[in-house]
Amino acid sequence: MHDVSAPHDEGKGLYFWVWGGLLFLTGVEVVLAYEQVLQPARMLEVLLVLSVIKAALITLYFMHLKSEIRAMRWLLTISVMACFALMWIFFFPDADRIVKLGVQ
Amino acid sequence: MATVQHAVQDVYEPSLFGTYSKKIGMWLFLASDSLTFGALLFAYSYNRIANPAWPTPFHKESIANATVMTACLLSSSLTMVLAVLAANRHDKPWTRYWLLATMFFGTAFTVLHAMEWTKLMGEGMMPSSNPWAATVPQFGGTFFTLTGMHMLHVTIGVIYLGVIALRKKFLPILLGLWLVGWLLTPAKSVFHIGIHALLIGAIVSAIILFLKPKDYDSHDVEVSGLYWHFVDLVWMFIFPLVYLMSTKV
Repeated sequence: MHDVSAPHDEGKGLYFWVWGGLLFLTGVEVVLAYEQVLQPARMLEVLLVLSVIKAALITLYFMHLKSEIRAMRWLLTISVMACFALMWIFFFPDADRIVKLGVQ
Repeated sequence: MATVQHAVQDVYEPSLFGTYSKKIGMWLFLASDSLTFGALLFAYSYNRIANPAWPTPFHKESIANATVMTACLLSSSLTMVLAVLAANRHDKPWTRYWLLATMFFGTAFTVLHAMEWTKLMGEGMMPSSNPWAATVPQFGGTFFTLTGMHMLHVTIGVIYLGVIALRKKFLPILLGLWLVGWLLTPAKSVFHIGIHALLIGAIVSAIILFLKPKDYDSHDVEVSGLYWHFVDLVWMFIFPLVYLMSTKV
Protein backbone atom coordinates (compact mmCIF):
# COMPACT_ATOMS: atom_id res chain seq x y z
CA MET A 1 0.00 0.00 0.00
CA HIS A 2 1.32 3.45 -0.93
CA ASP A 3 1.97 5.53 2.20
CA VAL A 4 -0.05 8.72 1.78
CA SER A 5 2.41 10.73 3.82
CA ALA A 6 5.60 9.30 2.29
CA PRO A 7 7.93 12.12 1.23
CA HIS A 8 9.50 12.07 -2.21
CA ASP A 9 12.95 10.57 -1.90
CA GLU A 10 14.65 12.07 -4.97
CA GLY A 11 17.77 14.09 -4.16
CA LYS A 12 18.10 17.79 -4.86
CA GLY A 13 20.60 17.06 -7.66
CA LEU A 14 17.92 15.44 -9.82
CA TYR A 15 15.78 18.57 -9.69
CA PHE A 16 18.73 20.74 -10.75
CA TRP A 17 19.33 18.40 -13.70
CA VAL A 18 15.66 18.61 -14.73
CA TRP A 19 15.78 22.41 -14.41
CA GLY A 20 18.94 22.48 -16.57
CA GLY A 21 17.27 20.23 -19.15
CA LEU A 22 14.24 22.49 -19.31
CA LEU A 23 16.43 25.58 -19.80
CA PHE A 24 18.37 23.75 -22.53
CA LEU A 25 15.19 22.77 -24.40
CA THR A 26 13.98 26.38 -24.13
CA GLY A 27 17.27 27.48 -25.66
CA VAL A 28 16.77 25.03 -28.56
CA GLU A 29 13.29 26.47 -29.18
CA VAL A 30 14.63 30.04 -29.23
CA VAL A 31 17.42 29.10 -31.68
CA LEU A 32 14.86 27.44 -33.97
CA ALA A 33 12.76 30.60 -33.88
CA TYR A 34 15.77 32.79 -34.71
CA GLU A 35 16.97 30.57 -37.55
CA GLN A 36 13.48 30.27 -39.12
CA VAL A 37 14.45 27.36 -41.37
CA LEU A 38 11.10 25.60 -40.98
CA GLN A 39 7.70 26.36 -42.49
CA PRO A 40 5.05 27.46 -39.93
CA ALA A 41 3.21 24.10 -39.89
CA ARG A 42 6.49 22.13 -39.52
CA MET A 43 7.74 24.63 -36.94
CA LEU A 44 4.51 24.18 -34.97
CA GLU A 45 5.01 20.40 -34.95
CA VAL A 46 8.63 20.64 -33.77
CA LEU A 47 7.80 23.19 -31.06
CA LEU A 48 4.88 21.07 -29.87
CA VAL A 49 7.09 17.98 -29.55
CA LEU A 50 9.66 19.96 -27.52
CA SER A 51 6.86 21.44 -25.37
CA VAL A 52 5.40 18.00 -24.68
CA ILE A 53 8.87 16.78 -23.57
CA LYS A 54 9.17 19.80 -21.25
CA ALA A 55 5.65 19.26 -19.91
CA ALA A 56 6.45 15.58 -19.26
CA LEU A 57 9.60 16.53 -17.32
CA ILE A 58 7.67 19.03 -15.19
CA THR A 59 4.80 16.63 -14.54
CA LEU A 60 6.90 13.56 -13.79
CA TYR A 61 9.63 15.15 -11.67
CA PHE A 62 8.51 18.54 -10.32
CA MET A 63 4.88 17.46 -9.78
CA HIS A 64 6.05 14.00 -8.65
CA LEU A 65 3.58 12.14 -10.86
CA LYS A 66 6.35 9.55 -11.24
CA SER A 67 6.00 8.76 -7.52
CA GLU A 68 2.23 8.32 -7.59
CA ILE A 69 0.63 4.90 -7.90
CA ARG A 70 -0.09 3.52 -11.37
CA ALA A 71 -3.88 4.09 -11.17
CA MET A 72 -3.40 7.80 -10.52
CA ARG A 73 -0.73 8.20 -13.23
CA TRP A 74 -2.71 6.52 -15.98
CA LEU A 75 -6.11 7.95 -15.09
CA LEU A 76 -4.81 11.54 -15.25
CA THR A 77 -2.67 11.03 -18.34
CA ILE A 78 -5.24 9.14 -20.40
CA SER A 79 -8.19 11.40 -19.55
CA VAL A 80 -6.36 14.65 -20.38
CA MET A 81 -4.70 13.21 -23.51
CA ALA A 82 -8.05 11.87 -24.78
CA CYS A 83 -9.60 15.35 -24.52
CA PHE A 84 -6.65 16.95 -26.32
CA ALA A 85 -6.80 14.27 -29.04
CA LEU A 86 -10.46 15.13 -29.64
CA MET A 87 -9.61 18.83 -29.94
CA TRP A 88 -6.79 18.00 -32.36
CA ILE A 89 -9.03 15.84 -34.54
CA PHE A 90 -11.67 18.57 -34.79
CA PHE A 91 -9.45 21.64 -35.17
CA PHE A 92 -6.41 20.95 -37.28
CA PRO A 93 -7.73 19.19 -40.39
CA ASP A 94 -10.03 22.18 -40.81
CA ALA A 95 -7.22 24.71 -40.36
CA ASP A 96 -5.19 22.82 -42.97
CA ARG A 97 -8.21 22.76 -45.30
CA ILE A 98 -8.57 26.53 -45.04
CA VAL A 99 -4.89 27.03 -45.88
CA LYS A 100 -5.22 24.79 -48.96
CA LEU A 101 -8.33 26.66 -50.07
CA GLY A 102 -6.22 29.83 -50.05
CA VAL A 103 -8.59 31.96 -48.00
CA GLN A 104 -7.08 35.40 -47.58
CA MET B 1 -11.13 4.35 22.56
CA ALA B 2 -9.28 1.59 20.72
CA THR B 3 -12.62 0.09 19.71
CA VAL B 4 -13.73 3.42 18.26
CA GLN B 5 -10.53 3.81 16.22
CA HIS B 6 -10.89 0.27 14.92
CA ALA B 7 -14.47 1.00 13.87
CA VAL B 8 -13.41 4.19 12.07
CA GLN B 9 -10.71 2.30 10.17
CA ASP B 10 -13.36 -0.15 9.01
CA VAL B 11 -15.66 2.63 7.86
CA TYR B 12 -13.06 4.56 5.84
CA GLU B 13 -11.54 2.50 3.05
CA PRO B 14 -8.01 3.41 1.91
CA SER B 15 -7.79 5.94 -0.93
CA LEU B 16 -8.21 4.45 -4.39
CA PHE B 17 -5.31 6.57 -5.63
CA GLY B 18 -3.05 5.95 -2.64
CA THR B 19 -2.74 9.56 -1.59
CA TYR B 20 -4.53 12.18 0.49
CA SER B 21 -7.76 13.79 -0.69
CA LYS B 22 -6.41 17.35 -0.96
CA LYS B 23 -3.86 16.22 -3.52
CA ILE B 24 -6.44 14.26 -5.53
CA GLY B 25 -8.69 17.33 -5.46
CA MET B 26 -5.90 19.54 -6.80
CA TRP B 27 -5.04 17.03 -9.55
CA LEU B 28 -8.70 16.94 -10.62
CA PHE B 29 -8.82 20.74 -10.68
CA LEU B 30 -5.63 20.86 -12.73
CA ALA B 31 -7.02 18.30 -15.18
CA SER B 32 -10.09 20.50 -15.72
CA ASP B 33 -7.97 23.67 -15.92
CA SER B 34 -5.72 22.03 -18.51
CA LEU B 35 -8.78 21.70 -20.74
CA THR B 36 -9.47 25.45 -20.37
CA PHE B 37 -5.93 26.27 -21.46
CA GLY B 38 -6.01 23.46 -24.03
CA ALA B 39 -9.05 25.02 -25.71
CA LEU B 40 -7.40 28.47 -25.74
CA LEU B 41 -4.12 27.08 -27.09
CA PHE B 42 -5.88 25.07 -29.79
CA ALA B 43 -7.91 28.15 -30.77
CA TYR B 44 -4.72 30.21 -31.05
CA SER B 45 -2.85 27.52 -33.01
CA TYR B 46 -5.84 26.96 -35.31
CA ASN B 47 -5.97 30.65 -36.15
CA ARG B 48 -2.19 30.77 -36.56
CA ILE B 49 -2.16 27.97 -39.15
CA ALA B 50 -5.35 29.06 -40.91
CA ASN B 51 -4.06 32.61 -41.50
CA PRO B 52 -0.97 32.91 -43.73
CA ALA B 53 -1.05 36.68 -43.08
CA TRP B 54 -0.67 36.15 -39.32
CA PRO B 55 1.29 39.11 -37.85
CA THR B 56 4.83 38.56 -36.58
CA PRO B 57 5.34 41.49 -34.22
CA PHE B 58 7.81 39.85 -31.83
CA HIS B 59 11.30 41.13 -32.58
CA LYS B 60 14.56 40.20 -30.82
CA GLU B 61 13.74 42.41 -27.85
CA SER B 62 10.35 40.73 -27.28
CA ILE B 63 11.80 37.23 -27.66
CA ALA B 64 14.64 38.05 -25.24
CA ASN B 65 12.05 39.37 -22.77
CA ALA B 66 9.87 36.27 -23.15
CA THR B 67 12.94 34.02 -22.76
CA VAL B 68 13.82 35.74 -19.47
CA MET B 69 10.17 35.31 -18.39
CA THR B 70 10.43 31.59 -19.20
CA ALA B 71 13.67 31.31 -17.20
CA CYS B 72 11.91 33.03 -14.28
CA LEU B 73 9.08 30.50 -14.32
CA LEU B 74 11.42 27.51 -14.69
CA SER B 75 13.54 28.80 -11.78
CA SER B 76 10.39 29.32 -9.73
CA SER B 77 9.51 25.65 -10.31
CA LEU B 78 12.95 24.66 -9.01
CA THR B 79 12.57 26.80 -5.86
CA MET B 80 9.04 25.41 -5.41
CA VAL B 81 10.21 21.81 -5.50
CA LEU B 82 12.95 22.74 -3.00
CA ALA B 83 10.23 24.22 -0.77
CA VAL B 84 8.34 20.91 -0.93
CA LEU B 85 11.54 19.02 0.00
CA ALA B 86 12.13 21.40 2.95
CA ALA B 87 8.50 20.97 4.07
CA ASN B 88 8.90 17.19 3.97
CA ARG B 89 11.94 17.59 6.28
CA HIS B 90 9.72 19.77 8.56
CA ASP B 91 12.25 22.57 8.03
CA LYS B 92 9.90 25.55 8.38
CA PRO B 93 12.43 28.41 7.85
CA TRP B 94 13.73 26.95 4.56
CA THR B 95 10.22 26.09 3.41
CA ARG B 96 9.34 29.75 3.86
CA TYR B 97 12.53 31.00 2.15
CA TRP B 98 11.99 28.80 -0.89
CA LEU B 99 8.32 29.78 -1.09
CA LEU B 100 9.31 33.47 -0.95
CA ALA B 101 11.89 32.84 -3.69
CA THR B 102 9.15 31.23 -5.81
CA MET B 103 6.91 34.22 -5.22
CA PHE B 104 9.76 36.55 -6.24
CA PHE B 105 10.22 34.75 -9.58
CA GLY B 106 6.46 34.67 -10.13
CA THR B 107 6.17 38.39 -9.45
CA ALA B 108 9.12 39.10 -11.77
CA PHE B 109 7.36 37.10 -14.49
CA THR B 110 4.13 39.08 -14.04
CA VAL B 111 5.91 42.46 -14.07
CA LEU B 112 7.85 41.56 -17.24
CA HIS B 113 4.66 40.33 -18.86
CA ALA B 114 2.80 43.51 -17.92
CA MET B 115 5.63 45.55 -19.49
CA GLU B 116 5.31 43.47 -22.68
CA TRP B 117 1.55 44.06 -22.79
CA THR B 118 2.03 47.81 -22.24
CA LYS B 119 4.56 47.94 -25.10
CA LEU B 120 2.23 46.09 -27.48
CA MET B 121 -0.74 48.26 -26.56
CA GLY B 122 1.46 51.34 -27.04
CA GLU B 123 2.09 50.12 -30.62
CA GLY B 124 -1.68 50.00 -31.18
CA MET B 125 -2.51 46.38 -30.48
CA MET B 126 -6.00 45.94 -29.05
CA PRO B 127 -8.21 42.87 -28.47
CA SER B 128 -10.14 43.56 -31.69
CA SER B 129 -7.42 45.02 -33.91
CA ASN B 130 -3.69 45.23 -34.52
CA PRO B 131 -1.49 47.58 -36.57
CA TRP B 132 0.39 44.80 -38.42
CA ALA B 133 -2.34 42.81 -40.21
CA ALA B 134 -5.75 44.38 -40.77
CA THR B 135 -7.11 41.11 -42.22
CA VAL B 136 -6.29 39.19 -39.01
CA PRO B 137 -8.16 41.09 -36.28
CA GLN B 138 -8.36 38.00 -34.09
CA PHE B 139 -4.62 38.16 -33.30
CA GLY B 140 -5.12 40.62 -30.44
CA GLY B 141 -8.14 38.81 -29.04
CA THR B 142 -6.49 35.38 -28.97
CA PHE B 143 -3.19 36.78 -27.65
CA PHE B 144 -4.69 38.82 -24.81
CA THR B 145 -7.15 36.07 -23.79
CA LEU B 146 -4.51 33.37 -23.64
CA THR B 147 -1.72 35.35 -21.99
CA GLY B 148 -4.17 37.26 -19.76
CA MET B 149 -5.65 34.01 -18.46
CA HIS B 150 -2.15 32.76 -17.73
CA MET B 151 -1.11 36.01 -16.04
CA LEU B 152 -4.20 35.75 -13.83
CA HIS B 153 -3.21 32.20 -12.87
CA VAL B 154 0.33 33.32 -11.98
CA THR B 155 -1.08 36.17 -9.85
CA ILE B 156 -3.42 33.77 -8.04
CA GLY B 157 -0.47 31.40 -7.57
CA VAL B 158 1.69 34.10 -5.97
CA ILE B 159 -1.18 34.99 -3.58
CA TYR B 160 -1.73 31.28 -2.81
CA LEU B 161 1.95 30.78 -1.97
CA GLY B 162 1.95 34.00 0.09
CA VAL B 163 -0.91 32.66 2.20
CA ILE B 164 0.88 29.32 2.70
CA ALA B 165 4.23 30.97 3.53
CA LEU B 166 3.18 33.95 5.64
CA ARG B 167 -0.49 33.34 6.57
CA LYS B 168 -2.10 36.45 8.10
CA LYS B 169 1.16 38.44 7.84
CA PHE B 170 0.71 38.32 4.05
CA LEU B 171 -2.55 40.30 4.09
CA PRO B 172 -1.08 43.77 4.85
CA ILE B 173 1.69 43.11 2.29
CA LEU B 174 -0.88 42.21 -0.35
CA LEU B 175 -3.03 45.23 0.43
CA GLY B 176 0.09 47.46 0.33
CA LEU B 177 1.06 46.06 -3.09
CA TRP B 178 -2.47 46.66 -4.37
CA LEU B 179 -2.48 50.26 -3.15
CA VAL B 180 1.00 51.06 -4.50
CA GLY B 181 0.20 49.37 -7.83
CA TRP B 182 -3.11 51.19 -8.15
CA LEU B 183 -1.57 54.58 -7.39
CA LEU B 184 1.46 54.09 -9.64
CA THR B 185 -0.21 52.73 -12.78
CA PRO B 186 -1.53 55.41 -15.15
CA ALA B 187 -5.34 55.76 -15.11
CA LYS B 188 -5.54 54.84 -18.82
CA SER B 189 -3.53 51.62 -18.38
CA VAL B 190 -5.40 48.32 -18.36
CA PHE B 191 -3.37 47.40 -15.26
CA HIS B 192 -4.98 50.29 -13.33
CA ILE B 193 -8.08 48.08 -13.33
CA GLY B 194 -6.26 44.72 -13.44
CA ILE B 195 -4.41 45.48 -10.19
CA HIS B 196 -7.74 45.07 -8.37
CA ALA B 197 -7.16 41.30 -8.74
CA LEU B 198 -4.81 41.79 -5.75
CA LEU B 199 -7.61 43.41 -3.72
CA ILE B 200 -9.98 40.55 -4.57
CA GLY B 201 -7.20 38.11 -3.68
CA ALA B 202 -6.68 39.87 -0.33
CA ILE B 203 -10.41 39.70 0.49
CA VAL B 204 -10.66 36.00 -0.44
CA SER B 205 -7.43 35.21 1.47
CA ALA B 206 -8.70 37.11 4.54
CA ILE B 207 -11.98 35.15 4.50
CA ILE B 208 -10.06 31.85 4.30
CA LEU B 209 -7.46 32.82 6.91
CA PHE B 210 -9.96 34.17 9.46
CA LEU B 211 -12.67 31.52 9.01
CA LYS B 212 -10.27 28.57 9.05
CA PRO B 213 -6.98 29.60 10.68
CA LYS B 214 -4.41 26.79 10.63
CA ASP B 215 -0.72 26.06 10.48
CA TYR B 216 -0.09 24.89 6.93
CA ASP B 217 1.77 21.57 6.79
CA SER B 218 3.87 19.75 4.18
CA HIS B 219 0.73 18.50 2.41
CA ASP B 220 -0.47 22.08 1.90
CA VAL B 221 2.94 23.06 0.54
CA GLU B 222 2.92 20.09 -1.85
CA VAL B 223 -0.61 20.84 -3.08
CA SER B 224 0.24 24.53 -3.65
CA GLY B 225 3.34 23.30 -5.49
CA LEU B 226 1.19 21.23 -7.84
CA TYR B 227 -0.73 24.38 -8.79
CA TRP B 228 2.47 26.37 -9.27
CA HIS B 229 4.13 23.74 -11.47
CA PHE B 230 0.97 23.57 -13.58
CA VAL B 231 1.19 27.32 -14.23
CA ASP B 232 4.80 26.77 -15.33
CA LEU B 233 3.77 23.82 -17.51
CA VAL B 234 1.14 25.87 -19.35
CA TRP B 235 3.71 28.55 -20.16
CA MET B 236 5.88 25.85 -21.79
CA PHE B 237 3.18 25.76 -24.50
CA ILE B 238 2.28 29.46 -24.60
CA PHE B 239 5.89 30.64 -25.05
CA PRO B 240 6.62 28.70 -28.27
CA LEU B 241 3.12 28.88 -29.73
CA VAL B 242 2.51 32.58 -29.14
CA TYR B 243 5.96 34.16 -29.18
CA LEU B 244 8.24 31.86 -31.18
CA MET B 245 5.61 31.21 -33.87
CA SER B 246 5.25 34.98 -34.41
CA THR B 247 8.90 35.95 -34.46
CA LYS B 248 10.44 38.46 -36.82
CA VAL B 249 14.22 38.70 -36.44
